[in-house]
Amino acid sequence: MSGRHIGDVILDLQNISLRFGGVKALTNISFDVREHEIRAIIGPNGAGKSSMLNVINGVYHPQEGTIVFRGQERRRMEPHMAAMQGISRTFQNIALFKGMSVLDNVMTGRITKMKANFLEQAIRIGRAGREELEHRRKVEEVIDFLEIQHIRKTPVGRLPYGLQKRVELARALAAEPSMLLLDEPMAGMNVEEKQDMCRFILDVNDQFGTTIVLIEHDMGVVMDISDRVVVLDYGKKIGDGTPDEVRNNPEVISAYLGVAH
Amino acid sequence: MPDVGSTRAMDTFPRLLFFHARTRGQKTAMREKDLGIWQSWTWGEVADHVRALACGLAEMGFKRGDNLAVVGDNRPRLYMTMAAVQCLGGVPVPLYQDAVANEMAFVLQDAGIRFALVEDQEQVDKLLELKDQLPSLEHVIYDDPRGMRHYNQPFLHDIEELMAMGRIHNQNHPDFLDGEIARGRPDDIGVMLYTSGTTGKPKGVCLTHHAFISAARGGIEFDRLGADEEILSYLPMAWVGDHLFSFAQAMLAGFTINCPESGETVMTDLREIGPTYYFAPPRVFENLLTQVMIRMEDASPLKQKMFHFFMKVARRSGAEILDGKPVALAERLLYALGQLFVFGPLKNVLGMSRIRVAYTAGAAIGPDLFRFYRSIGINLKQLYGQTETCAYVCLQPDGEIKFDSVGKPAPGVEVRIADNGEILVKGPMLLKEYYKRPDATAESINAEGYFMTGDAGFFDDDGHLKIIDRAKDVGKLANGAMYAPNYIENKLKFFQHIKEAVVFGANREMVCAFINIDIGAVGNWAERRGIAYSGYTDLAAKPEVYALIQECVEQVNAELVGEGMLADSQVHRFLILHKELDPDDDELTRTRKVRRGFIAEKYAVLIDALYGGKASQYIETQVKFEDGRTGKVAADLQIRDAKTFPVVRAAA
Repeated sequence: MSGRHIGDVILDLQNISLRFGGVKALTNISFDVREHEIRAIIGPNGAGKSSMLNVINGVYHPQEGTIVFRGQERRRMEPHMAAMQGISRTFQNIALFKGMSVLDNVMTGRITKMKANFLEQAIRIGRAGREELEHRRKVEEVIDFLEIQHIRKTPVGRLPYGLQKRVELARALAAEPSMLLLDEPMAGMNVEEKQDMCRFILDVNDQFGTTIVLIEHDMGVVMDISDRVVVLDYGKKIGDGTPDEVRNNPEVISAYLGVAH
Repeated sequence: MPDVGSTRAMDTFPRLLFFHARTRGQKTAMREKDLGIWQSWTWGEVADHVRALACGLAEMGFKRGDNLAVVGDNRPRLYMTMAAVQCLGGVPVPLYQDAVANEMAFVLQDAGIRFALVEDQEQVDKLLELKDQLPSLEHVIYDDPRGMRHYNQPFLHDIEELMAMGRIHNQNHPDFLDGEIARGRPDDIGVMLYTSGTTGKPKGVCLTHHAFISAARGGIEFDRLGADEEILSYLPMAWVGDHLFSFAQAMLAGFTINCPESGETVMTDLREIGPTYYFAPPRVFENLLTQVMIRMEDASPLKQKMFHFFMKVARRSGAEILDGKPVALAERLLYALGQLFVFGPLKNVLGMSRIRVAYTAGAAIGPDLFRFYRSIGINLKQLYGQTETCAYVCLQPDGEIKFDSVGKPAPGVEVRIADNGEILVKGPMLLKEYYKRPDATAESINAEGYFMTGDAGFFDDDGHLKIIDRAKDVGKLANGAMYAPNYIENKLKFFQHIKEAVVFGANREMVCAFINIDIGAVGNWAERRGIAYSGYTDLAAKPEVYALIQECVEQVNAELVGEGMLADSQVHRFLILHKELDPDDDELTRTRKVRRGFIAEKYAVLIDALYGGKASQYIETQVKFEDGRTGKVAADLQIRDAKTFPVVRAAA
């Protein structure tokens, strides 16, 4: 029933190596992401998954390799520039403003879209008021989409973990990203929460055509929702392909799924 | 209320709707919270939407006499579609939106549904699942297009598409709809509501425009409701109460109905709207009170003190002040202070500041719970009715509130008690028939035109109706007096220390009872008194606990003796069971109703002891644990005599 058309490669990473001093986090990794697809990065603890996401996001700068995003080779890029280019993300350890309401947290996702300057916003003159209404409308659409109306005014710190994760996704979506990076969106959730999150990820992908790169621990979930999967182990790529291909890759089986004794 | 419904021209719901659109078209008729903002529709806009919907349906081939299923949460366009269907002389059939596909199948088949209006993708999926079993289903219209992009079945239509079609139709045939409305008659079926079918298959209750307009008018005049009332429409549209309040009364008096944003936001929406007229089943009131109490536990000591102090004042005189009874000036002043510091803010938090009339029905409401709301100044009342009577039989008049009655017969309703205690009702609000079930219709309406409710009850000395039980459960004592086990059990269970009660007495000379204590409440009570216990069986056997329960039983006896025909049902002897009654042991149903017959058999030796006058009885019972193992509980149960009160009989 899906109406998605997986498009051309929009993000191409070639021969990426990342070192922290003498520690090699990523070694010579190449893979690409196609438009509108759900791309998963999996691997055991310490395999370099989050580092990979941070490289895409511009948090880390690899010593070697090239990154081509939408046909342009990226030099050194900072996270806010990634955001400007339409890349949003969520974090493994939720990074929300705990004392602020859900609504305000999601509003912060609109920051890159706000044109009014600081002074205009502070005293709410000129375009600031108009803009705020427009941003609020967009945010309300996201709140409606993720079904969190009932907690709109609740401080985030009071919410259960699963809902906080959903709020974080809402904030990322509020930026209307073309690419969404999700760092373990289902970690620490119970089965029902995981199912909800899967449904939302699929809905986002389907409804808005958002390209999704996600890191996940839970193999079952990844295999169910991803179009293609990259497998990392000790900073090296050991597998890449459709879920079925990866599942049958002997190297992946021994590294990640364990060897049959 | 505008002077409508009294003339020939205002005797169907479509005519009422267009009357409001003509006379007060700018006033708000409906609101719904969407994207965080309350969106509103005026009566004029509602009428335009209804016109477009009706013409669109006609264009698609909807005909007079067709039934249209409505499945979804309370949303303005769902209500509008019901009116549109009525304009065309069709019958809307609202279904419970949380039913699974298979449960819906029967109703959809029975009603021969050709057209269905559903809320969203979730409901569409259910109908698609059933499509093969529903040969008559031709068109499914959905209100919310979200997630529907990839559905390309030709019989699925967006409601916007339907309305666009309707607008064109209306331009080409401007007189069509007015003509259709003019053809409507007050004794046409206005809506079909299905009974829940706890006993057998659901039945379609056919209710005419005239029936619902009569019931609506009676209720509006009874409580002097006006066109300015605000109500929150959050109970299932398939339920008769919602149709009465949110559709019939709103259409007649011209209320504004407010649809919540989602099922989870109802409490917030309630606070934002501040309805003036409100309905909720007892469990909603109970949940609200529990929340208040939990939050009070966490409040600062000063606030707690204030709360408890003023609640004491409210308990003493709040209900009397609300009823307009004489109360001393000093007490009134104290209550006014309480209003300022406690009751006012509390009502505000509950979203009940503006309530003029609130109703509850559907189940027995505990007297403490009922009293709490009345004492803080909320005019909470009870009503009695069923689907077959447009939920309109008895209402409690202002100032004549009794905690255990459902009030007096409503205006225009005749209530009679049959010889077996069954409540019979007659009036304009009665059902026309059960859909395609002449047998069931004949069974439930007697030769004189009374509807047989299946409930047993009696009138007290002030003419208030008291419901005691289902008629089929009501028996007689050996001396011929009426005996209603559920009624007595409910009275016992209203005490927080009693979790379950099973009474016996049919064809016996006296009533005896088994009691289950509430381990939470009694355990807490015991701890505060320093009574040590090891578990349920031990606690249940403590003499102090027996004394506690005995007080409760005797209080029930004191109440029963004042209730005329039930005075003979006082509980003479009782015992506290050594184990909790449990669905796993087949003693309760899954919905926690006692299975009296099974219990009587299983504990026959205890019943013999109760009636045989023994002071104690040894019993050994097998129990099933949750993990499937079985074990034995044994105890030597004490049997107590409860004080009974002499029955004063009217001189023969």
